Amino acid sequence: MVFIQQDNGKVADVSVELLSKARDLADQLNVSVTGALMGSNMNKEAEKLIPYGVDEIFLIDDKRLENYTPMPYTKIMIDVIKNVKPQIALYGATTTGRDLGPRVASNLKVGLTADCTSLQIGDYSSGGVDYSNILYQIRPAFGGNIVATIVSPKEKPQMATVREGVMKVGTPNPEYKGKITPYSINLSDSDFPSVVIKKIKEEKLIDLKSSQVIVSGGMGVGSKENFDLIVQLAHVLGGEVGASRAAVDAGFVTKEHQVGQTGTTVRPKLYIACGISGAIQHRAGMDESARIIAINTDHEAPIFQIAHYGIVGDLNDVIPKFIKAFKAKN
Amino acid sequence: MGLNLIVLVKQVPDTQNVGGDAMKEDGTVNRAALPAIFNPEDLHALESALVVKDENPGSTVSVITMGPPSAVQVLKDSLYRGADFVALVSDRKFAGADTLATSYALKCAIEKTGNYDIVFCGRQAIDGDTAQVGPQTAEKLGINQITNVSKIESIDVKKKIIQARRSIEGGYEIIKAPFPILLTITDEGYTPRPPSVIRVMAYKNASAEMAEKGYDESYIDSSVQRISETAISLWDINAIGADVGSCGLAGSPTKVKKIESIILKSEDIKMVENTEDSISDMVHSLITDHTLG
Repeated sequence: MVFIQQDNGKVADVSVELLSKARDLADQLNVSVTGALMGSNMNKEAEKLIPYGVDEIFLIDDKRLENYTPMPYTKIMIDVIKNVKPQIALYGATTTGRDLGPRVASNLKVGLTADCTSLQIGDYSSGGVDYSNILYQIRPAFGGNIVATIVSPKEKPQMATVREGVMKVGTPNPEYKGKITPYSINLSDSDFPSVVIKKIKEEKLIDLKSSQVIVSGGMGVGSKENFDLIVQLAHVLGGEVGASRAAVDAGFVTKEHQVGQTGTTVRPKLYIACGISGAIQHRAGMDESARIIAINTDHEAPIFQIAHYGIVGDLNDVIPKFIKAFKAKN
Repeated sequence: MGLNLIVLVKQVPDTQNVGGDAMKEDGTVNRAALPAIFNPEDLHALESALVVKDENPGSTVSVITMGPPSAVQVLKDSLYRGADFVALVSDRKFAGADTLATSYALKCAIEKTGNYDIVFCGRQAIDGDTAQVGPQTAEKLGINQITNVSKIESIDVKKKIIQARRSIEGGYEIIKAPFPILLTITDEGYTPRPPSVIRVMAYKNASAEMAEKGYDESYIDSSVQRISETAISLWDINAIGADVGSCGLAGSPTKVKKIESIILKSEDIKMVENTEDSISDMVHSLITDHTLG
């Protein structure tokens, strides 16, 4: 089962990604894919999801559910899970999913693994007991120094949150037969203690996700001033500016530019990593880029191990040469 | 009219400054090699609670942490910065707790403090980045929550209503909700105050062991208010009335199946010399295969 998140009446991208992944997992387990969708007048949006291989969507329609707030959503999700009894429940690792998932897990006393980068099915043995067809919840941990495979073998559902952009959207099949089932639950006004007074959209000036070329800077850039060079290269190549968490934490650039497990996951045609050592949390957000160029003074930096082109050198020296070469060719 | 404010904090290994000896040969984490620090966003949570206290005289700030005895350091730090009461929840039976078992123990500890209005936590801890313990604790307490709070906009003590700014993707929302409530605080809206010299003098020798002996240093500065004679309370599993089966490894549904040190994809990498000619050749092949341009 997937918690289908809607924002202002539109289904979130991550929910479509998760439904696609759920189809894949369900085929291996020979079970069905279901979704829970809460909101107001969401029928049309729900219909659009069936072609991704969704067998049944439980639709909870209530004007008061237009905006996400934790208490009513938690109550509904718990109720749906208790009735439908899915083996697996997935949530987007969005501010909504990360608000809701832990409450549901806490109430049902089941496991929840945050920010998974991969989900697989496999077997597990512990204390002389064999469990088959268990969900492997794989995520980087401990500051990105290790990758952990987590299982919740006993309790059902096995639950995980997955960051947007990590799972690929499947090919929709317009012939797929699934149904939308209205689901009702008694909600009184006391189930809605939180009131969303207003939502403010802050203009997002950068769009990492849809950019074909991303030039990213890390700690090796050294200073906020030096970061201009990253911006220049991105500008010349018609790309977007990215950054590692270290560069963001150091104040070189704002958080919207952060690529990685706790930032944006990107898959551009070209990713240029400048002065980025390549901690796994960063790599988790960019290692599926079609081409990766690594520029680093340290020839042993892990980033070189996933790069297609590597340049050992000072970015202050390399980038001007890059700009010059590109301008000469165009 | 004062408020009862509770802050949940955690001592974490400094995962941002990992050295070469951070991993043992068997692939497990060498905690001893990592410096232990106050989880950064928990400092912001503490600060937000202290600001609420400053604005509402008569309020008390109680700080609770769960961890090994060495975690008293974050409690001392909390005392230095202005906490009124601190408690260390520590017991071997809590070992191996995942977020669910942790939230259960914290719920028991919070309830032991008595009535409370607002529980503050950092948005997430840097050793796990899960952001789960806050919401899981709220659910166990049966109270409402606002996560990702960048700023508390206003508090109406009489009506017991809070209004807070919550960061969401691409902007923020303003949420209004009644007490009791749990908030998770981001690092956006508050700058943690430094330790106060007077309070450092008062509490520098405080320890959980001393608390048990009833050691009292309050003669150092009478302006420092003490809630009790003991500076740091030490609570074990019995003190908080927790059920053993719901704590530690036994109370944790998630199990670690496997831990791998990072094995990188080994792909063919083309090393390019840092010369104008070599870089120009690389740019040429990128344009040729339509990666660029």
